Amino acid sequence: MSMTERAASGPQVSVKPRRTVKKRGGGVGKYVLLAVFTVVSIFPFYWMLIGATNHSSKMFADTPTLLPGSEFWTNFTNLNNSIGITRVLANSLIVSLLYLLFALIVCTCAAYVLAKFQFKGRNFIFTMFLLSMMIPNQATLIPLFKMMSDLNLLNTYFALIAPMLCYPFAIFLMRQNFLAFPTELLEAARLDGAGEVRIFLTIVLPSMKPALAATAIFLFMTQWNNFMWPLVATTSSDMYTFPVALSSLMGLSIIDYGQVMTGVTIATIPIIIVFLALQKHFISGMLGSAVK
Amino acid sequence: MRSQRIFSYTFLAPALLLFAAFTIYPVISSLILSFQKSNGGVSTFIGFANYTRLFHDDIFWKALTNTFIIFIIQVPLMIILALILANLLNHQLLKLKGFFRVSFFLPAVTSLVAYSILFSIMLQEDGIINNVLGMIGIGPVGWLSTPFWAKTSIILAMTWRWTGYNMVIFLAALQNVPNEIYEAASIDGAGKVRQFFSITIPSLKPVILFAGILSTIGTLQLFDEPYNLTKGGPADSTMSLGLYIYQNGFKYFDFGYASAIAYVVVVLVAILTFIQFKVTGDE
Repeated sequence: MSMTERAASGPQVSVKPRRTVKKRGGGVGKYVLLAVFTVVSIFPFYWMLIGATNHSSKMFADTPTLLPGSEFWTNFTNLNNSIGITRVLANSLIVSLLYLLFALIVCTCAAYVLAKFQFKGRNFIFTMFLLSMMIPNQATLIPLFKMMSDLNLLNTYFALIAPMLCYPFAIFLMRQNFLAFPTELLEAARLDGAGEVRIFLTIVLPSMKPALAATAIFLFMTQWNNFMWPLVATTSSDMYTFPVALSSLMGLSIIDYGQVMTGVTIATIPIIIVFLALQKHFISGMLGSAVK
Repeated sequence: MRSQRIFSYTFLAPALLLFAAFTIYPVISSLILSFQKSNGGVSTFIGFANYTRLFHDDIFWKALTNTFIIFIIQVPLMIILALILANLLNHQLLKLKGFFRVSFFLPAVTSLVAYSILFSIMLQEDGIINNVLGMIGIGPVGWLSTPFWAKTSIILAMTWRWTGYNMVIFLAALQNVPNEIYEAASIDGAGKVRQFFSITIPSLKPVILFAGILSTIGTLQLFDEPYNLTKGGPADSTMSLGLYIYQNGFKYFDFGYASAIAYVVVVLVAILTFIQFKVTGDE
């Protein structure tokens, strides 16, 4: 519906200044194409909202509703009864925030040293970090599971957080930013008698706020979206993270799609809001150093 | 100088310890496991048996083939689409540029589980996609019930999720290509298409390589989508290596065999990344 509306309104609006538009960077055809892609990108989100606010059956009717309904609270209550939404949301939030905090500290410290100090083994260590970015998660999955199981740490926040704390990509990202920091400033501060820790905390870090924000978002998203590891590291449903709980809904013998869509919505909307609010940091965080 | 050295090692220590415990140890342990068979907690060394077993395992070959089909179709499709979109958006005077960019990027902020589930609902036999197709006289398509369409579903879903992400990477790189080059080309009579192939693509080569490598590693590890969207079916037609490792490890508890498959993935990532470097040329 909205697709044809968009396509139809495109030409009408720009019909008069057609020549200028064309000269300026593409004619009507370009906008129609972009509009089609926009609809394809956005429609699943819209459909998610429709599903979350309607009864399950409405999604599969011969003439499906395209309007939001009023069943959201019913769906939400059902969802809460099946997976304990507050508990799993809290799990995900706690795990992601703790992870973000500790990983940011670990990776930032390592990155700073790797960028600004000369010592034995520096290049070797950095190369190891870089190479390890190519190792698929699945190659470490089973030993990690055995380790956590032997230490009786399955179903703990520790098990969910610890394995990824040293995240080479985050180190790489922060290092790029530290490299750009003028070394003369460090030397001047040293001549003034400032200690290394103080230089790091009061001179270097304050100028790294945008980079820290981007890396923080990257780390948060990595943990928030993580699925395979929490799936094997948690076996009791009250320790599930949100993605694991959501996925478990689809494994039930009778699936209530209204509930599932509500879950998908709750998993998605907060992230979209944060994304829209912090667009610039968010994009550079998610893309890493590809975007400067 | 001495204080600087102490500072360096102290600051690096947490990262190194964590790296040793949760990356190096598991990687080595996984390699050892792949030469073992574990039976009720007792592990015995069985040489290359897990690897030779791979050769006769139809599901493994299916998973490998599926991964390659998805890789060979999905990655180029997505990168080409992303390049086209980036090229369309790379005009200073384009209206609503910010809006389009955000719209295309939006799928990339969804969690893999959430979007896989969303697509699995939309692609059901009587779901919205078949409903819309029905209105224009197509279908119903067995998106999740026939092997061909199930693979197509995974490819379409992945393309939806990742195209905007890659587009933004390309768009950022395009900002560094001076507009004068395009203007000069246009004066010399080069059309838009010619400009796309002779200016846009060559100047984006390193970034395309970067996106290609990320996508290669991503595709070889494919897990969330087949697990949540198709459950590997029908008839293992969307079984991925990642999913097969998981099944062997945590459904059949055959850690040795699962580790052997994982090491195949490690080697494949290394080989494919190497080939991509070679193909794209320049260092």
